[in-house]
Amino acid sequence: MTKAAIAGRIDLDTATVDALVARARSDHPYEVCGLLAGRDGVVRRHYPIANAERSMTYYAMDGKVLLGAMRDMEERDTELLAIYHSHTHTEAFPSPTDVELAFYPEAVYLIVSLQEPGQPVLRGFDIVEGKVTERTVFVDGEEAATGPR
Amino acid sequence: MSIEVRVPTVLRKHTGGEKRVEGQGATLRELVADLERRHPGLGPALLAEDGGLHRFIQTYVNDEDVRFLGGMETPLEEGDSVSILPAVAGG
Repeated sequence: MTKAAIAGRIDLDTATVDALVARARSDHPYEVCGLLAGRDGVVRRHYPIANAERSMTYYAMDGKVLLGAMRDMEERDTELLAIYHSHTHTEAFPSPTDVELAFYPEAVYLIVSLQEPGQPVLRGFDIVEGKVTERTVFVDGEEAATGPR
Repeated sequence: MSIEVRVPTVLRKHTGGEKRVEGQGATLRELVADLERRHPGLGPALLAEDGGLHRFIQTYVNDEDVRFLGGMETPLEEGDSVSILPAVAGG
């Protein structure tokens, strides 16, 4: 179980959390991925995006689909708030590959772990220039558990 | 000849925080060289170590992936819009 310093928060609602977990389960044991966009830290839109690799250990968004989602956010006057993906066999903590390929310092990296399929774990991280810090996840304004579990 | 380039957040440290910058060039290769003159550090950030296209920092001309156009030799015209889009990927 891996720890990082905790700083900041990310606010989600139950519907969004449920949608991310449902999506993680939908293609298990393959990893899923997607984006959350919104305004002023409030999530307004979920962009489920296919994992072009359809892998149990890797995810990658198709570039043109990603570009389309980014354009859509601009048109709606929203911004990228979070990038999520699932871990199907490991804990909800950024892997070395996640850290190496984290090119969006403005986004919170959300990871849904289905390591224990009956007990999904969602954690959020900033990954900036190789440094990982954890955000406290708030769901409907209530602080959710933080840290390894 | 002026080409608009959209710069992602992660590379704005090279452009003084600017989201959109202008550059010139008849090909992507020339544009990257011009961008490097105007914004030192931005050029290498777009390229692989061998000077070819970066595997994870993708470039689009008018929303088409340059890998499917002409790579570094993709021709550019006045008014073209170039987007730099880092991959969203991980493990």
